[in-house]
Amino acid sequence: MSDTSNPIEALAAHHDSPGEPFYPKFATSPKLIKEAKKLVALYPEGKAQSAVLPIIHLVQKQFGFISDESQQWIAEMCKSSVIHVAGVVSFYPGIHRKCPGKNHVRVCRTLSCALGGGEEMFALLCDKMGIDTKSMSDDEPVGISADGIWSIEAVECLANCGFGPNVMVNDKLYSQVGEAKIDEIIAAHSN
Amino acid sequence: MSTTSTILPKDEAAAQGELNVQINGTWHRFAPGTRIADACNTVGAHVPCFCYHPKLAIAGSCRMCLVEQGMPPRLAPGQEPSYDAQGYQPLQWMPRAIIACANTVSENMGIRTTGNITAEARRGVLEFLLSNHPLDCPICDQAGECKLQEYSSDYGSGTSRFQEEKTKKGKNIDLGPRVNLDQERCVLCHRCVRFMRDIVGEEVLGAVGRGSNCAISCYPGLKLDSNYSLNTVDLCPVGALTSKDFRFKMRVWFLKSTPSIDVNCGTGSNISIWSREQEIYRLTPRQNDQVNSCWMPDSHRLNYKYINAEERILNPTVRTDIGAPQRESTWDACLKLSAEQLQKCEASKTAIIVSARMTNEELYLVRALAKQLGIKEIASVSRKGKSDGMLISADGNPNTTGEQMIIAEKATALEGICSGIKSGRITALLALGEDITAEAGLSADNIKNLDYLLTLAHSKNGTTELADVTLPGVTFAEKYGTMINVTGRIQRLNQAIEPIGNSRDDWSILRDLIILLGSEDEKLAALKSARDLVTIMADEFAAMAGLTWGSIGNDGKAIISTGVTIPLIEREQASK
Repeated sequence: MSDTSNPIEALAAHHDSPGEPFYPKFATSPKLIKEAKKLVALYPEGKAQSAVLPIIHLVQKQFGFISDESQQWIAEMCKSSVIHVAGVVSFYPGIHRKCPGKNHVRVCRTLSCALGGGEEMFALLCDKMGIDTKSMSDDEPVGISADGIWSIEAVECLANCGFGPNVMVNDKLYSQVGEAKIDEIIAAHSN
Repeated sequence: MSTTSTILPKDEAAAQGELNVQINGTWHRFAPGTRIADACNTVGAHVPCFCYHPKLAIAGSCRMCLVEQGMPPRLAPGQEPSYDAQGYQPLQWMPRAIIACANTVSENMGIRTTGNITAEARRGVLEFLLSNHPLDCPICDQAGECKLQEYSSDYGSGTSRFQEEKTKKGKNIDLGPRVNLDQERCVLCHRCVRFMRDIVGEEVLGAVGRGSNCAISCYPGLKLDSNYSLNTVDLCPVGALTSKDFRFKMRVWFLKSTPSIDVNCGTGSNISIWSREQEIYRLTPRQNDQVNSCWMPDSHRLNYKYINAEERILNPTVRTDIGAPQRESTWDACLKLSAEQLQKCEASKTAIIVSARMTNEELYLVRALAKQLGIKEIASVSRKGKSDGMLISADGNPNTTGEQMIIAEKATALEGICSGIKSGRITALLALGEDITAEAGLSADNIKNLDYLLTLAHSKNGTTELADVTLPGVTFAEKYGTMINVTGRIQRLNQAIEPIGNSRDDWSILRDLIILLGSEDEKLAALKSARDLVTIMADEFAAMAGLTWGSIGNDGKAIISTGVTIPLIEREQASK
């Protein structure tokens, strides 16, 4: 973060992403509101703020990422403040502020997967999916391919340490991923 | 020693609803629910805190208040507790420190605020806090009243082992119209977040990011623009939040703080006036749990610029002839002339407009002046507004209760005086501490009907422009005096600076005028200070019986029951 950029404006800034055409633009619907209200109802009266995290997951699943508008809406649904929601969103790296690709790949980089060659798999996956590894940094943990089909992110643990390296594509877990398996994975999700 | 026959200290304490706690080797008693940090601080064992504030919810995030804690051993089934010679159970000390702010005292608890465990814990916490701190103390406004600076000096290691690059965060961020934020100086105590959320009820501040990138922020489009925003600057233990009004104006160690009260409304929030030589640099709230807790509104806090403004009247001015220009005079000449002129005015055609912004002592002398001149018509200008539901009272005058006690029983309605001036029934007027062209409902043309207008004012205004005699008084920061707030609490104003220019303390102007008009009151003639008037008034007013300047104290005394309450204090007491 440089001295000149305004860290406050950055909280609501929109980050363009080639993945955007693959996800609907955030908009509330009676169905979404109903689902959110169901999540709020899980918590005791007056504790609506507890539903911030589940609703963030709900929004991220449907719209790919958490936009400025969705932060405002989540705050409204949870009778919380938008700065509280922004605090939660900015706390977890798994919550995206930028739209990922059509297929989102998570590669474990923690101990046992790293020892099993996870790091090499990460580089290889980037190469095959056409993602520039240089575009990723601590501030931009998600890399997205130019066509928006793929995005990749290093994660801390996929809870399958005995069978590393582990890779997760969308919600599907692949274990013991080697060079050969990468081509299979890419082929399986290419359509 | 077996103490079965004598009363144990725990039973003795329990009978009084208290608990025995050993602090640094000495046993003390505290009420149940007392926080360990408070308990330690009340017996002189200082516990350093960043995030803990007695008026805010507990965060327990800074870890600065780590202390060593011991408890009696847990008994095996059937085992009898053992007691030492004094009747206390032996203490077993925990191997790790606990935080003193989020934990409360319990029976036979031991606390150590000194020793290796706490010293090492404090040193460690400070090392972490300073690792990403910019260390820009030479240009930081908080320097001199910064907790991080103080604790680093008291408990820090003196050297740094941190060789890595410091995290860069936002500098000089415009959080709101009155507050600036430096995210790098922040220790993330969340006091500002909790204050805005819990006390003001506007959740505009929050913490974003994680780990060393965590920072206080507000959301784009939302500003920290509450009328109580500057309290976050007071709360900030470091130089992260700074007041745009005060920043870079003066190093705090050059400032003198004088305890006084806010005179912008009937609440009379307790304040400190920070001055250097003849200039006021800032006002800050002073804790008084019966009046303003620890807070004050920004609008009142920043209303001090008029004290050192160009508009101040530095010399008495007189108009020697009708239509002649006003010219500056000396006090002796001016007071003598005023006395002569006032004696010529017919008492039945003369009225006084006083101000409920004056102190009790001044109002008392106004009453004496009216008596001396035989004037029957006295009125004051009321300032009824709306309470903000926090600290700003619906009464815009700071001393309405005092004015009612001293003047109002004899006072006529202001409307009567105004219509009298318009109709020509009243030909002479004394406007004391009040600009009658502003809120009294008189126009400049109405005032020109008057044959004689004498005014007492600290700054130039519509009335002083038209007055035949202007006696320059002083502002609240330049005088001693007492006022009674809306709840009936008498509170003291203290003099922070000497009267500006040749202006004089209002009470002495009034007193001299009374003497020149022929009063032979020896007590008045002997007065040295407005403070002595409290004792004189105490003989006359039942509500003030027995009061002296000293006995009022810095916290004031409730003397009248008005039934009026302060909303914020109500809420605070209800939540206890």
